[in-house]
Amino acid sequence: MQQTIDQKDRYLSAFEGFERCLNGKSASPLHAVRRAAIARFAELGFPTTRDEAWRTTSVAPITKVAFKPATGYDPQGLTAGRLAPFLFEGLACSRLVFVNGYYSPELSSLRALPEGAQAGSLAATLASDPEAVAPHLARHARYQDHAFAALNTAFIQDGAFVRIPKGAALEDPIHLLFVSTARGDAIASHPRSLIVAEAGSRATVIESYVGPDQGVSFTNGVTEVVAGENAVVGHYKVQREAREAFHVATFHAHQGRGSKLSTQSISLGGGLVRNDVAVTLDGEDAEAALNGFYLADGRQHVDNHTWIEHVQPYCTSRELYKGILDGESKGVFRGRIFVHPMAHRAGRGQLLVDAIQSNPNLLLSDRAEVSTRPQLEIYADDVRCTHGATVGQLDENAIFYLRSRGIGLEEARQVLIKAFADEVLNLIQVEPVRAQLERLVSQKLEAGRRAREAG
Amino acid sequence: MLEIKNLHAKVEDKEILRGVDLRVNAGEIHAIMGPNGSGKSTLAQVLAGHGAYEVTAGEVTYEGKDLLDMAPEERAREGIFMAFQYPVEIPGVNSAYFLRAGLNEVRRHRGMEELDAMDFLALAKEKLKLVEMDEGFLRRPVNEGFSGGEKKRNEIFQMAVLEPRLAILDETDSGLDIDALKIVADGVNRLHTPDNAVIVVTHYQRLLNYIVPDYVHVLVKGRIVRSGGKELALALEEKGYEGFEIEAVKA
Repeated sequence: MQQTIDQKDRYLSAFEGFERCLNGKSASPLHAVRRAAIARFAELGFPTTRDEAWRTTSVAPITKVAFKPATGYDPQGLTAGRLAPFLFEGLACSRLVFVNGYYSPELSSLRALPEGAQAGSLAATLASDPEAVAPHLARHARYQDHAFAALNTAFIQDGAFVRIPKGAALEDPIHLLFVSTARGDAIASHPRSLIVAEAGSRATVIESYVGPDQGVSFTNGVTEVVAGENAVVGHYKVQREAREAFHVATFHAHQGRGSKLSTQSISLGGGLVRNDVAVTLDGEDAEAALNGFYLADGRQHVDNHTWIEHVQPYCTSRELYKGILDGESKGVFRGRIFVHPMAHRAGRGQLLVDAIQSNPNLLLSDRAEVSTRPQLEIYADDVRCTHGATVGQLDENAIFYLRSRGIGLEEARQVLIKAFADEVLNLIQVEPVRAQLERLVSQKLEAGRRAREAG
Repeated sequence: MLEIKNLHAKVEDKEILRGVDLRVNAGEIHAIMGPNGSGKSTLAQVLAGHGAYEVTAGEVTYEGKDLLDMAPEERAREGIFMAFQYPVEIPGVNSAYFLRAGLNEVRRHRGMEELDAMDFLALAKEKLKLVEMDEGFLRRPVNEGFSGGEKKRNEIFQMAVLEPRLAILDETDSGLDIDALKIVADGVNRLHTPDNAVIVVTHYQRLLNYIVPDYVHVLVKGRIVRSGGKELALALEEKGYEGFEIEAVKA
């Protein structure tokens, strides 16, 4: 127990150091939020496996490392060439690059944006136009009951800020590339992003978390999305950090009336990965699609927690998270759907809530493990909420069927594994992103197959 | 072409085949009939190489080679084809991709050039006509959401594409209405040549009105208890399997 307190203290004293560097900016309203967040973190401490939401994920490996906080922009010798493997070939996009959470002007490249739209560094916006950010920042991702979100909030400094004004359509996607380095000290970064899609606007944002170095790093990101009335937002998060990396990410989208959000989270890299994905459907007729794919092998641990909150009636949520676990990896899925008390409006007869959740898992090794837990809390009538979770191996009958037509055993297995993954990868609407992920998934599966054959 | 001697096989410790002997020559059509649980489908699955069945005794020679020593895919490449009683649905795997992959494995094995997507499509279109299926079929995932009749027709379509030397039809008639039955039977007849052979596994005589066998074998309790010409099937239709079951007990 004592040790846990010491580990917490490391972050508390880092906060004191961070405060001293703020040079008078500590009087800002944002800083009051940071202080509230660090105070909350001090109360919560790091979660243990006794906490319901962390029952199957121990964060002890993270807390044991004496990470040094990233304190400002340091390019760490990164060049465009070293980032090339992490870009999406053939994708026309504005690209914002962050090194250990801090914006890199020289590695970023912006394309023309619609009039009034903004895409850039959060730190720059906080300095030049804090009012643009204040109504939304730290209003959605709840730090009150999540120690990592609290830590991120306490250390809010930089990350991406994207705003699409009312009625504007962003033609090219925005690619946010978060690079974690591991060249010297083990670094902890807390990238913080805010995406505001105002009423009637359309935008696609892709977040990539990557690590070009082999080595330990800790990324603790938070991204908030605000989708105004009838806004249409596509969001992708691709996680491909180094094997030794710790990655904790919180995503929270707040949706207004008639808005459509589609978010897809793909986890391939990292050693210990935790994603919290939350969506609040806070306006009638809003639609949310939460999709996810995780492919783990070796000793990777990938935990996805999703939380869909139906606050207003006539909203739809669709959720498909699929996992493939090989080696001694472990997958965790917890899908919560919370339906608030609500009643019909006069003249409307459809279902108050239409929610479908599904989490199929494929185990490729008898040492791999999956823990899946749907959780529905419903306080309204006239709703449809369904969930289904499966954990299985490849269908022997399907393998036999393919072989009986001349296809070899290993090829048959690969065809079936790929078909399993494709169902969710095919939901990616941005073709260069889909194509690259399909390639990465195939490569990782191929490496896993070779490891199986060798072992 | 195929010679089965004293074949014994079990599934999960239950002995199903208890000494099957059968010889099939090129150009012949054999029907294997029998009541439920007699081992008909087991025989088909064992010949195709399904891993759930364990051969405990006997031997099977195909074209002079030990069939039981071959993996299922090797058997397919050597020209054995089983039309499944329950074709497997494979979500996410496109029918054209699946069948082209299989065909190219078979072609490679035969020392033929592989077909590219265009050539395959031309071939597939031609073969689809045989079972009166339309092209849209090729774009659908393998068997997913197909009706019972579509699945069976798809099996015969695959057979037409793969051009096996020995086709084993496992209860291809089950679940088919009379029109579909005629289409399927007509397809099989048109594919039948003096160079290949067909084994029709069925419970009912009905299919044999359309695919006329040279030989009929009655399988009861894991053994062939009677062999004869096509008239044996008619006798079975009339009298049922009861008499044969008594014979099997005595034997």
